[in-house]
Amino acid sequence: MTQWADDVFGVLVEVGVQQAAYVPDAGHTRLIWRCHAAKTIAAVPLTTEEEGIALLAGAWLGGQRGVLLMQSSGVGNCINMLSLARACEFPLLMLVTMRGQWCEFNPWQLPMGRNCRRILVAAGVACDTVAEPARVGAVVAKAARGVFERGGRRAVLLHQKLMTRKTFGR
Amino acid sequence: MAATRSDNYPLRRRDVAKMLVAGRGRLLVVAGLGAPAWDMTAAGDSDLNFPLWGAMGGAAMIGLGLALAQPKRRVLVVTGDGEMLMGLGALATIAVQRPRNLAVVVFDNEHYGETGMQLTHTAHDVDLEGVARAAGIRVAGTVRDRVGLGKALPVILKIPGPVFYDIKVRAETLDFVLPPKDGAVLKRRFRKALLGPSASR
Repeated sequence: MTQWADDVFGVLVEVGVQQAAYVPDAGHTRLIWRCHAAKTIAAVPLTTEEEGIALLAGAWLGGQRGVLLMQSSGVGNCINMLSLARACEFPLLMLVTMRGQWCEFNPWQLPMGRNCRRILVAAGVACDTVAEPARVGAVVAKAARGVFERGGRRAVLLHQKLMTRKTFGR
Repeated sequence: MAATRSDNYPLRRRDVAKMLVAGRGRLLVVAGLGAPAWDMTAAGDSDLNFPLWGAMGGAAMIGLGLALAQPKRRVLVVTGDGEMLMGLGALATIAVQRPRNLAVVVFDNEHYGETGMQLTHTAHDVDLEGVARAAGIRVAGTVRDRVGLGKALPVILKIPGPVFYDIKVRAETLDFVLPPKDGAVLKRRFRKALLGPSASR
C-alpha cells in the first residue's frame, strides 16, 4: 500500500504542489509522511477539512498550487466552504480515501461513504474513482493537470480496496 | 433592541479600518464577510483586498494559505467575531504553522451584524485573545480604546507573527460600502496585482 502513494507523491511534486493540507486518514499515512518530508511542500494539518478549502484558496491567491487530503467522512465537513471555491472559480484538487465502501467494519462510516460522490457533485466538484493500485498515479495526474491548467474542482476517490482493512482489533 | 455594553465602546470600526491600511504599502488584506468587508472597502478598495461574501469561518485560513505562499509580504486578515467563532480551529492550525507574516484582527462588536444584531459568544465573555493564546499564538492582545490601538497597530503590521488581536468596537449599523461581489473578479484582480498580468485565472 505504499507504491500508489509514492506514485501520487511523485505527481504532486511534478505538477508543482507546494501546500498539502490534510485531516489524517490511515489510507493517507504514507502520502502525508512523504509530504512532511518534502522540502518543496508545506504540509498543513487541519482541525477540520473545510479549513483546507479556505487554505488552498489563499494559496492560489498567493500563486501556489495545493492539494487537500481527507477521508470520505471529511467531505461532509466541506460543503459550505466549497461555495468559496465555486463562487471564485478557485482550482481545487481533493484526494479522498474511501470508507464505508468495501468490507467496512464501522457502520457509522456508511452514510458519508455511500453518498460521498453525489454530495461532491452536488457541491460542484467532479469525481474520479480509482480502485486499482497501478492506475492511481495516472488518474491523479490527469485530475491535477486538468485542475491546475484548465481550472475546475475535482476529487479523486481512492477506493477502500486500496487500503488495509481496519478491523479494530477483531 | 435592548441596549448592550458594546453600544458604548469607544472605538469605531471604520476608524480602525482606516488606521490599519493608512500607508498600506505592500500589505495583502483578506476581509471576512459582512461588516469587516464593508469596513475595509470603505477604508479604500484595492486590488490587493480579498473581501469575502460568504465562506463564513474561512477568513483566517485564507490568510494562512496566502501567508505561506507569500512569505515576504505582510498578510492581514480582518474579520468579525461571529466569523472567527465559526472557525476557531483555524487559530490552532495557524499556531502550528507559525507564519511570521500573518496577522489576524477581529473587529469584535459582540453581535451578528448582518442578521439582526443577535449577541455572539463574545458578549458573554468568551475571550478570543485567550483562545488564540491557548492555541499557541504568543503575540496576541485585546484592544479597547485609542491608546491600546496606538500600541497594537505596529505589532499588527510589523512584528513577526503570527499575531492575533481582538479589537472591541462599538455595535453600530453603518451604511453599506460594497466591494465587487463576483468572486472570480475579486480573485483575478488580486492575482494580477500580486503576481503580474500572466496570472490570468
